[in-house]
Amino acid sequence: MITEFSWNHVGLLLAAARWTVLVSLLAFVFGGLAGFIVALGRTARSPALRFVTALWIQLVQGTPVLIVLFLSYYGLSVLGLKLSPLVAATLAMTIYASAYLGEIWRGCIQAVPIGQWEASGALAMTRWQQLRHVILPQAVRMALPPTVGFSVQVVKNTSITSIIGLVELTRSGQLINNATFQPFQVFVVVALIYFALCFPLSTASKRMERKLHAHR
Amino acid sequence: MPIVDVKEVRKSFGSVEVLKGVSFGIEKGEVVAIIGRSGSGKSTMLRCLNGIETVSAGHIDIAGHPLDASGQHVLDLRRDVGMVFQSYNLFPHLTVEENIRLAPRIVRRLPEAQIDTIVERVLSQVGLLEKRAAYPEQLSGGQQQRVAIARSLAMEPQVMLFDEVTSALDPELTREVLRVMEQLAASGMTMVLVTHEMEFARRMAHRTIFMHHGKVHEAGPSAEVFGAPKTPELQQFLSAGAIK
Repeated sequence: MITEFSWNHVGLLLAAARWTVLVSLLAFVFGGLAGFIVALGRTARSPALRFVTALWIQLVQGTPVLIVLFLSYYGLSVLGLKLSPLVAATLAMTIYASAYLGEIWRGCIQAVPIGQWEASGALAMTRWQQLRHVILPQAVRMALPPTVGFSVQVVKNTSITSIIGLVELTRSGQLINNATFQPFQVFVVVALIYFALCFPLSTASKRMERKLHAHR
Repeated sequence: MPIVDVKEVRKSFGSVEVLKGVSFGIEKGEVVAIIGRSGSGKSTMLRCLNGIETVSAGHIDIAGHPLDASGQHVLDLRRDVGMVFQSYNLFPHLTVEENIRLAPRIVRRLPEAQIDTIVERVLSQVGLLEKRAAYPEQLSGGQQQRVAIARSLAMEPQVMLFDEVTSALDPELTREVLRVMEQLAASGMTMVLVTHEMEFARRMAHRTIFMHHGKVHEAGPSAEVFGAPKTPELQQFLSAGAIK
């Protein structure tokens, strides 16, 4: 049965967008935690830690997110670990975000001048104290704009989780299109909702960047 | 036993040997200047004294802490050995007072009331009590360097190392920093300074060490080193400085 695209459908899309937001948030929180560990590993003194985390970044960045998603949904289920679409989507997006955030934050940690390490070291701080009280507070300020900027990528890339049957914004758009055959109207609305989610983020990122540079 | 005892210290960066067997001793309360051309190894030597650089061979004993190629005990050593850098290296996200409080709080774990007293004392020592709430970027280079000295003093070190601390400053700001160092020396602090301020070294340092090609080339009481240099290399170095 073909129905006309209506405000009801817009309501459905908005409801589905909550899943987009949820997966984005989960990916960002877990990816952020994992990315923090990756960044610390990349800047660690131990060559082994640096190597392992560098390998992780290369592997993830050199693989389409879609394939990571297939691996976590279909791949793990073959191995006997059957994840729900939401968990699989969160896992894949977490892996993806951990590598990119890890690399962004590595850059920010390394951008803190070496003199800050030397001065805090000369005050007999342990490496962890140096990070906690001197290096990270400065790195975080630098990290804010690119991190918020990257969150836009996370939000947009959650659209691929539609493929494993998670009815988030994109999947919902597909379903409504199947019922209405009005792809242009449907996907314009879908696009507008994505835009409404991402635009504030990219604006915030730009504003933070301006503020950071004005401060110097 | 001297408070700083350096024996046959060698340091290589890759295949380049920067320190080629340096030995000297410094007594408690002494002010010693290390002079020499760029690349003579004087800054590397100073950085070895608090373990920023690990020595490749030889032995350093400073304020009762042994330091060798293994790099152990370096944190214990640094509690007793302060260091001030050419580029100040204040923590830009903290105020002057927070810069000073940080290490006494997290490293020495002193009670807040005691830190209050220390902050008052070290800031008045460098004449910057009124700047305690300022951020480093709001201060002149000379003021920043004085805060860096205060921050180091707050650890109540036994030895202070100064690595070309006035090289980034214009003459007027240099004077205010040197004045602080002079008062510090007068208070009996053991100080080792790598410096290009020959006039200051001559006047302030009890002894001066001239480093050349990674070795102690000539050393002695500053009056002799500057007044009657024996080696042609030191004579040449000093006369080149005089022209400048």
